[in-house]
Amino acid sequence: MEHGGHRDGFAAKLGMWLFLFTEILLFGGLFLLYAVYLRRYPAEFAMGGRQLDWMLGTANSVILLTSSLCAAMGVTALQRDESRRAVGLLCATILCAAGFLAIKYFEWSAKIGHGVYPGSERLKSGPAGESIFFSLYYMTTGIHGLHVIIGAGLLAWISVRVGFGKIPADNLILLENGTLYWHLVDLVWIFIFPLYYLVL
Amino acid sequence: MDKAATAQNSFWNDTGRSGLTAWIFSTDHKRIGLLYLYSTTGFFLAGVILGLILRIELMAPGRTIMDPRTYNALFTLHGVTMIFLFILPGFPGAFGNLVMPIQIGASDVAFPRLNLLSWWLYMAGALIALSSLFTGGGPPDTGWTFYVPFSTRTGTNVTLAVFGVFVIGFSAILTGMNFITTIHRLRAKGMTWGRLPLFTWSLYATAWVQILATPILAITLLLVMAERLLGTGLFDPGRGGDPLMYQHLFWIYSHPAVYIMILPAMGAISDIIPVFSRKPVFGYKMIAFSSVAIAAAGSLVWGHHMFTSGMSDRAVLVFSLLTFIVAIPSAIKVFNWVSTLYKGSISLEAPMLFALSFILLFSIGGLAGLILGAAATDVHVHDTQFVVGHFHYVMFGGTGFAFFAAMHYWLPKFFGRRYREKPAIIAWGLMFTGFNILYFSMKILGMRGMPRRYYDYLPEFADLNLAATVGSWILALGVAMMFVNLVSGLLRGEPFTGNPWGGATLEWSVATPPPTENFAEEPVVTHGPYDFTAAGRR
Repeated sequence: MEHGGHRDGFAAKLGMWLFLFTEILLFGGLFLLYAVYLRRYPAEFAMGGRQLDWMLGTANSVILLTSSLCAAMGVTALQRDESRRAVGLLCATILCAAGFLAIKYFEWSAKIGHGVYPGSERLKSGPAGESIFFSLYYMTTGIHGLHVIIGAGLLAWISVRVGFGKIPADNLILLENGTLYWHLVDLVWIFIFPLYYLVL
Repeated sequence: MDKAATAQNSFWNDTGRSGLTAWIFSTDHKRIGLLYLYSTTGFFLAGVILGLILRIELMAPGRTIMDPRTYNALFTLHGVTMIFLFILPGFPGAFGNLVMPIQIGASDVAFPRLNLLSWWLYMAGALIALSSLFTGGGPPDTGWTFYVPFSTRTGTNVTLAVFGVFVIGFSAILTGMNFITTIHRLRAKGMTWGRLPLFTWSLYATAWVQILATPILAITLLLVMAERLLGTGLFDPGRGGDPLMYQHLFWIYSHPAVYIMILPAMGAISDIIPVFSRKPVFGYKMIAFSSVAIAAAGSLVWGHHMFTSGMSDRAVLVFSLLTFIVAIPSAIKVFNWVSTLYKGSISLEAPMLFALSFILLFSIGGLAGLILGAAATDVHVHDTQFVVGHFHYVMFGGTGFAFFAAMHYWLPKFFGRRYREKPAIIAWGLMFTGFNILYFSMKILGMRGMPRRYYDYLPEFADLNLAATVGSWILALGVAMMFVNLVSGLLRGEPFTGNPWGGATLEWSVATPPPTENFAEEPVVTHGPYDFTAAGRR
């Protein structure tokens, strides 16, 4: 019972952009808390930031930027009707996502191994600002990691559709929207990375 | 179009699926609108019953029918039901879906399947929230605001209730982006922004608030859940967190949410008043502009909920000033409605009675809002029954009465049958009387110092509390009468055909009930939404 049957790619893209605004605002709440608590606990935030491994953070930034490049090249490939190459590039994107999550996993488990996690005894006995810092760190990177998983799943589904020829070269809107979402995931990380790993 | 053909084409006779699945899997905006109408009004009636029970408890000092714990759980449930299950999704979900696509000359919304998903998410969220009553530590007792630190420490099942609200927020975001895209992309030829009906304008402004404010609620609720499940301590002063930050984040969403509730109501009133005054709306541009202005300014005033929470004096001053600024676009609307009435040929039928009482009740509630918005007077009445009276005047007297006006105005068009006029007017009279007895008593009680959400009170408050409870019975009688009259009329009443009230917006130009595709051929709009002369010539 689908009516109004004509496809409106512009509308679909407008809708996606509106949805991306909401995602930015979702993370905005966390950045707001970061700003307020940074002002209140500058020394403890600096102490917490030093405990994060900037090498791993940098590696993850490079991985995500590469994945975004692959996703964008995937769109161009399909525009040129090279669907095999598009699928390959999308798979590369998903592989990058897996790499990002693997590094995140080792980062988190090392921290948790040291007794640094929300509600841990070590954080409870330490200075309050440090506990706040790591709670925010886990919430922010956790919710971002969730977005990485959702985005990778979305791209996997889309690449299957591309592989089966369900997305024609003249109607890319699903692929474009999927990659738009992926770029957002990347963009949010570009703000998380300096705030937690570099500036403190 | 002859009558048999009309019935054939009607969206009620849409073939394809049958039975219940023809509704809950339909992507037709009219069917989704009716799904929203049934579910939101169902929850509204449940909320009314909860309110009645609360009023019986408060009828006399001390214990009347329940213990304090039950009382806490019931006022929480009353608030959550009314706000998240009725008033937020009600107008956009029910009348936005039913009317807006037709008003702009479209055959459906931009994303029909997403629209259906919105309703499903809403129902899923409602069920999750309601299941919190019977699972875990029992019904939440925090009030609908879920204030920390109590909400992170109470043993009741706050986590599940909060998750339900989170899911409902998702539904609101999807509706918002659907409506914005629809209004941008699917307007018929000739439907310029200057010819957009004011109800659609108000939905447009509402949709922006839904998109920009709801994500903040989402993250806030996620943080409350993390606080309860993981012990993050972000709002726990004992661990370096700040409960005030919760209040900020919560009201950054929840104050704009007040405008999600009231803006579409104002839009419906702006459509109804010209029709029953037989006169073009006064100040079309200013009413449209003021919707957007309210949406914008309303996003910057959240701090006025926190004057006594321990903000700096400077912040209090700024938020107080901004609050007064929101009063300007609201007053613009009221003055324009009154000017539309001036020298109009007013016909006092049911939709108009509800619309007129909306103006009065909303003005009383709105002016009381200024008393709360001024820091000095707020300190006196903060967290008293005055606040309860105030927001019931704007939310129930405002949005609620506008919703009833919209039901009497638009539903006959979609059902093809009409309610009886006389019972509708008697029901209105009962509701208006009961409403004022109930909530004006609360305002006086608050002025005299009775706090809100308290189970017990001093003997000197007994008389007015008794009056309020009696008022609640009159009000509930009116509500019951209205619904009985509407349901029996819309199902079995006299046929409703054509355009008996002479509306000039597009929904009155299509067949009754509207066909599945809304318009037989794509409409071309040649006149404004309140140009009754041009509409009559056609």
